[in-house]
Parts: sequence; C-alpha cells; structure tokens
Amino acid sequence: MSSSAAATFSSLNAIPPPPSSFSSPANDKLFSSSFPAASPFLGSSHKPRSCVLSAPSPGRRSHAPVVAATAPNAIKEKLAQSPASSSNLLITKEEGLVLYEDMVLGRSFEDMCAQMYYRGKMFGFVHLYNGQEAVSTGFIKLLKQEDTVVSTYRDHVHALSKGVPAREVMSELFGKTTGCCRGQGGSMHMFSKEHNLIGGFAFIGEGIPVATGAAFTSKYKREVLKQADCDHVTVAFFGDGTCNNGQFFECLNMAALWKLPIIFVVENNLWAIGMSHLRATSDPEIWKKGPAFGMPGFHIDGMDVLKVREVAKEAIGRARRGEGPTLVECETYRFRGHSLADPDELRDPAEKARYAARDPVTALKKYMIENKLATEAELKVIDKRIDEVVEDSVEFADESPVPARSQLLENVFADPKGFGIGPDGKYRCEDPKFTEGTAQV
Amino acid sequence: MATVFQAFGTAAVLLSANDSRVRPLGSFPGRMANVFIVRSETKIVSDATRVSGRGQHLITNAVATKADAAAASTGSKSGHELLLFEALREGLEEEMERDPCVCVMGEDVGHYGGSYKVTKDLAKKFGDLRVLDTPIAENSFTGMGIGAAMTGLRPIVEGMNMGFLLLAFNQISNNCGMLHYTSGGQFKIPIVIRGPGGVGRQLGAEHSQRLESYFQSIPGIQMVACSTPYNAKGLMKAAIRSENPVILFEHVLLYNLKERIPDEEYICSLEEAEMVRPGEHVTILTYSRMRYHVMQAAKTLVNKGYDPEVIDIRSLKPFDLHTIGNSVKKTHRVLIVEECMRTGGIGASLTAAITENFHDYLDAPIVCLSSQDVPTPYAGTLEEWTVVQPAQIVTAVEQLCQ
Repeated sequence: MSSSAAATFSSLNAIPPPPSSFSSPANDKLFSSSFPAASPFLGSSHKPRSCVLSAPSPGRRSHAPVVAATAPNAIKEKLAQSPASSSNLLITKEEGLVLYEDMVLGRSFEDMCAQMYYRGKMFGFVHLYNGQEAVSTGFIKLLKQEDTVVSTYRDHVHALSKGVPAREVMSELFGKTTGCCRGQGGSMHMFSKEHNLIGGFAFIGEGIPVATGAAFTSKYKREVLKQADCDHVTVAFFGDGTCNNGQFFECLNMAALWKLPIIFVVENNLWAIGMSHLRATSDPEIWKKGPAFGMPGFHIDGMDVLKVREVAKEAIGRARRGEGPTLVECETYRFRGHSLADPDELRDPAEKARYAARDPVTALKKYMIENKLATEAELKVIDKRIDEVVEDSVEFADESPVPARSQLLENVFADPKGFGIGPDGKYRCEDPKFTEGTAQV
Repeated sequence: MATVFQAFGTAAVLLSANDSRVRPLGSFPGRMANVFIVRSETKIVSDATRVSGRGQHLITNAVATKADAAAASTGSKSGHELLLFEALREGLEEEMERDPCVCVMGEDVGHYGGSYKVTKDLAKKFGDLRVLDTPIAENSFTGMGIGAAMTGLRPIVEGMNMGFLLLAFNQISNNCGMLHYTSGGQFKIPIVIRGPGGVGRQLGAEHSQRLESYFQSIPGIQMVACSTPYNAKGLMKAAIRSENPVILFEHVLLYNLKERIPDEEYICSLEEAEMVRPGEHVTILTYSRMRYHVMQAAKTLVNKGYDPEVIDIRSLKPFDLHTIGNSVKKTHRVLIVEECMRTGGIGASLTAAITENFHDYLDAPIVCLSSQDVPTPYAGTLEEWTVVQPAQIVTAVEQLCQ
C-alpha cells in the first residue's frame, strides 16, 4: 500500500495485515482482519483530500453544482507552505488567541467535568470531548450568533464554543435550575435559544434531520418570507458511528436536493464506544459519500485547528452563498473513553499515544509561539483565566438551587392547555396544584 | 340552543375572563373578518357559576337520520357543502394564507396534490417550497419538520398513510414530544403531523393500522381525531394554530363524507369532545369512523326504545373528562366503541380514566368494544370481523341496560 499522501483508499482488501507486535492472542480474533495499524489512512500527516463533483450526468438536474477544483487545491497549497513565512500565516494574533482560549476552555471544562463526576456532583452518562477540540473551535468560531449548531451527546464543548456561558453548562450538568435547560436536559441535551444551539441529542443520528430542518428554515426565510439577507447556516456535528445510520444518508440526500445551507461535520474518532469504525463500515472513507449524494466531500486532519478552520471557511462560505451543503470528515480522536462509565479497554495504547502526540491544544500553542504570534507568558495568562472561569462555573453551579417541585409540569407543553380539561370542567393547567407540580395530569 | 358570539377588531374578548376556554380573538394575528367560535349551550350543570360555552356542538352527520337539533351556527344555512378532504384542504389553505410560516411537507403533497387530495393545487398556489414534496424518508423529513418548527416555521407533516409514521417514531417520540421540556422551555414545536389511518377496504394489515395507541404515551403531544367535515376543518385549523405538537388522525374511509359547513371562519377546540346525540340511558364514547357505526346502531336502538347518548371524544390525548364525566353522571352506563386494538388502545386508557374518576357513578362495568388483536386480514369477510359492527354495538347496549 503506497504511503504517499495522495493515496486513495480503494478497498479494504488492500490493507496489509497488522504487524505482529500489535496483535496478541487475545486480540487476534477481534482485530486480525480489520485493523490496519500501519495504514496511512490513520494517524495521518495527510494534506486534506477532497472529492470534487464530476460534471453532472444527463439524468441529473441541469443545475447540479460542480465544485471548482481550485478550492481544495488552494487550501492544499496554503497549508503546504512553510509555516515560517509570516506573510502566509493562516491566522492573525487576535484570531489565534481566540482559538487558543476556546480550545483551552473546552479542555479545562471537560477535565473539571470528570473530576466533578467522580465526586458525585453529576450523574448519568457524561461524554467528554478531550482531544477533539480542534473540530469544535475550528468550525464554530467562524459562525455568527444567528447560525445554528446541532450536536450529539458529546456536546459540552460545542455549547461552550457557541457562546453558552460555562456557568450555565456546568449548572445544567449539576442538574440545577440555573442550567441552560433549567436542569431538565442534562449532559446530553444542551440547548440554547439565545445562541442557537439546538441540542444535544441522546440517540445518534436523530439530530441530523433537526439540523436539516433548521437549514430548511433558513432557505425558507430567504425564498418564501423574502428576507433576502438571511444567510444563516447550520452546522451538524456527529460521529463515525452515525455515518452508518439511515438518517445520515436520508439527510445528505435532502440537503443536496434542496441545496440547504448546512455543513455536515463528521467527527471521526474511529470508535463508537467499543466498535472500531473499520469493523462497522464497508467503506470507511466517509468523505467519499458526499459526492454520491451530490455535494463535495472533504477529509481533513481534525487534530489541527488551522486545517479545520480553512476547510470550514470554504464550506460555510458555500452554504452562505446558497450553493448547498458540504460533507467534511475530520479525522480526530477522543483521549478519554466514550463516556465516564467506559473503561476504555479496547483501544490500543499505542494508538492513543500516537494521537496524544498530536494534541490540538499543544499543537496550536506550538504554532503560535514558533510563528511569534504570542509568547508563552501571554498564553499562560489565558490558561489562568480559563482556570478561573471553570472554577467559577463550579462554584456557581454548587451554589445554585435545585429545581423546585413546581417546575415539574411547567415545560411539558408550550401551551399548557394541552393537559386537557379535568372532570370539573376547568383546564388542568388552571388547577392551583399545577404550579406546585402536584396536579393530577 | 345555540349561542353565537361575534367579535370585530383584534382587541375584542369574548365572554368573561372567567371562561378561559374561549380564546380572546386578539390573540389571532392576520385577517380578522367575521371570526367567531361556535359554541352551543350545555345542559345545566350543577355548578351554577360555570360560564356556559363548552363546545358541545350539535351537528347533522352523514349517517344518522335522527332529526338532530339545528346546527349551532345561525350562519350555516348559507354555508357551503363539501367533502371531508375538501374541508381539510380549506382549513389548510386558510391557515397558509393567514400565516406565511405555515408550510406542508410530505410525500406527494405538492405536484400530485396529496394521495387523498388534501393538498390539491396548493403547490401551484403557494410554491414548491411551501408545499414540499419529500423523498421517501419519513424519519428524516419528520425530523426536518421538527427542526423547522424549532427555528420558527409552522410545518404540517403529512404521512401518506399513518402507518408510515411508524418509521418516524424516533423523531415523534424523542424530539417532537420531548424537546420543549428537555430544552427547559426554550424551543417550541408547533408542528402538526397528520395522515389517514384506520381500517379501510381490504388494504391489508400494514395499511390498516391505528397508531393512536402507540403514540398516546408520548408526553408532550396532543392527539385529535376528526370525523366530520365540520370538525375536520376546525381541528385542522386549531392544530395549526396551536403552539403544541398535534397529531391529527384522519380516516381513509371518511374522506368522502359530505356536509354543509359554515362560510364564516371557525375553529374547534383541540381539547373538547363533541356531543353527537344527547340521551339518557347509556353513554357511548367513540371517535373517528366508529362514530358512524355507533350512529347506525343508535337508529336500531332508538327503534327498540333505548336512548343512547353518543359522544365523539375527538381529543384522544388528553381526554375531555368534563364532557365525558357529565355524561357518566347522567346515564351511569358507559360503552366505548373504538377501532383501536383491544390491547393498550385508546379504549383501554379511557376505561382506566373513567374508572379512576367516576367510579361511584357507574351502575355497571364499563364495556369496551375494540378491534380484535389481529393483523387486519385482506379478505373482506375476515376484515369485517376484526372491526366492531353496529350489530355488536346494539347487543352490547342491550346487555348493559338490562
């Protein structure tokens, strides 16, 4: 198998068997035929690859989009340039500091979550984002407040990047009434109307249609309600496991069909709890599935926030201009287990070490210092400030009240007449016990 | 006796503030010409302070020949006659004209006009984006409707057959019902999910499903079933205007019912039941198509000297326990006739609710006639035996009234 950066992954049969140092007698049955540890597809120093659309076939609609081949090439060139030439830097100092702060916030917050969980302050299923910060920061920091972000159960950092205050997220995790969802959502259901964060979904894939709907609204506003300046985009984040789910494919189809302003971001961290992506997927290269539905597909190094950001700019620009959706596969990795309840025994320590060496936060720090965008001291100031923010959020959450009984029935219906009419002829929501949360419904 | 209230201008408020069931018309944006909510007076209820205005509406329906009282609205003599599917379309069209955020999505709703013609010509009038032809992906386009509802639109999702919405159960249960609560009240989901269900004419098991029993446990949704052109239009409009997610169940065999409905604009309450035929001996609770089997049985029963009270419960979730309760307190005998399956159906829930709330008023155990727990067979004779027929209703009333 060629190790050139441009190698395409044509079929699983081309994978060489894993090196013997990797497989142990216990692992043999599990991994022997499906885990190419030495493949260049993983742990890559790849330049981003993309699949441009071919010219539309006669059967297609005549206005099917053809992505110019120059776009991805331009990105490849930018990134291939020597980082030392400051005139070609990808970010300014201000941008760099924003990105760094956001990633450090994500990392510190998640580390604090782990602590708090083991101290019994939060319960249930908590899925941490350590290691994937580049994807969240790379995309969300390019969005406006009116743009929508839709996430999965691994949503704390998406919420933070989108602007939900750390206090509100931590309170939500503690189940307090000051949480962003009044304590009713929890770790897996972060919502914020103010910041246009629509979830937080516990079942994988079920957020993608909702994201498609948000993008549909954007298009509807522009074309039916004639709000000509409405160019809001939606970014849907989901994982590699979701890419085998029907909802993913159904939404790729609809988004491309109606040219919805949406970006599908696959956070491919190679593992769906204990299921390796390669064991679950016939063709593991998810980015190739975009063109099958009529949209460009990109594959990028999701451990490098600058690479993510460059492709994100392209995709978001495309959506804003009304050119339709994009599928971006980010190769990334989660440093912790699937959730805090996951013992994480299946993943190879060598694989974890390989990705730990590509820690996105350290990588950005190194980039900024080497390119004289910031000094070590300036970055330490940010580190300290973030520590304080996170500590403050824990304090705030600790001191916040738990929801009162009266909150139990309040948000079941937007219009509480939905609880119906009781035997006495009055609407149940008029019952004084309703506000106490003790009404019979 | 009928009471008609008319209001002019957007700030008018009907009745006193005590009666919160009458919605002040000021809350309706859009054109306001001659809107009134039709109500008829109830029988005198013991609590004299109760303001009248409960939605017990007497109508002539297509099957019963008993001379029902005059229709409640004085304007209906000049109304227009149409079929049930046209009434649904009229309601839909009026709401789409009134609010540009109202849109429809579903399979074949646009160019084809809907598999039962409920959306005929709407795409020509409102465009392909407002009446959206979707690919065959129920789970995803229902989810898309939910996402659109959360971000400001008011979509109506049509299931070509209600049974197809089983594919959308993930979205309906997890997202439609729950997200208002899970988001702490931040996002509302004013979506309407509608479609034809029920046992048709030899459509086979999978096209003859009754989904009301599966959806009834989902918290956060409302379910209504229409049965006449009048309440079809009224419920459609009310469902679209409601801020809650509403599932509107139509029936495949009722689309061609004809009735004269008012020219003036009206809506029906989503939470109220409909008094079809007042009586003294027994309360018969029913909904959707079974209403007609009940009315047919009622003809026979009247000839035999019985006086059944027939209530179309209309609101499957939540139940209108006021109307139902008043009836139980009067007749002391309850018969539920439904098309749902015996196990876990609407009738089962209704039986439990009545027993819980009105046990002392019952002189006999509640009898519930439901469809057999059988996948609906294709053969006509077998199919007939799976659903409740008028003869069975007559027998049940006779036994109940012994």
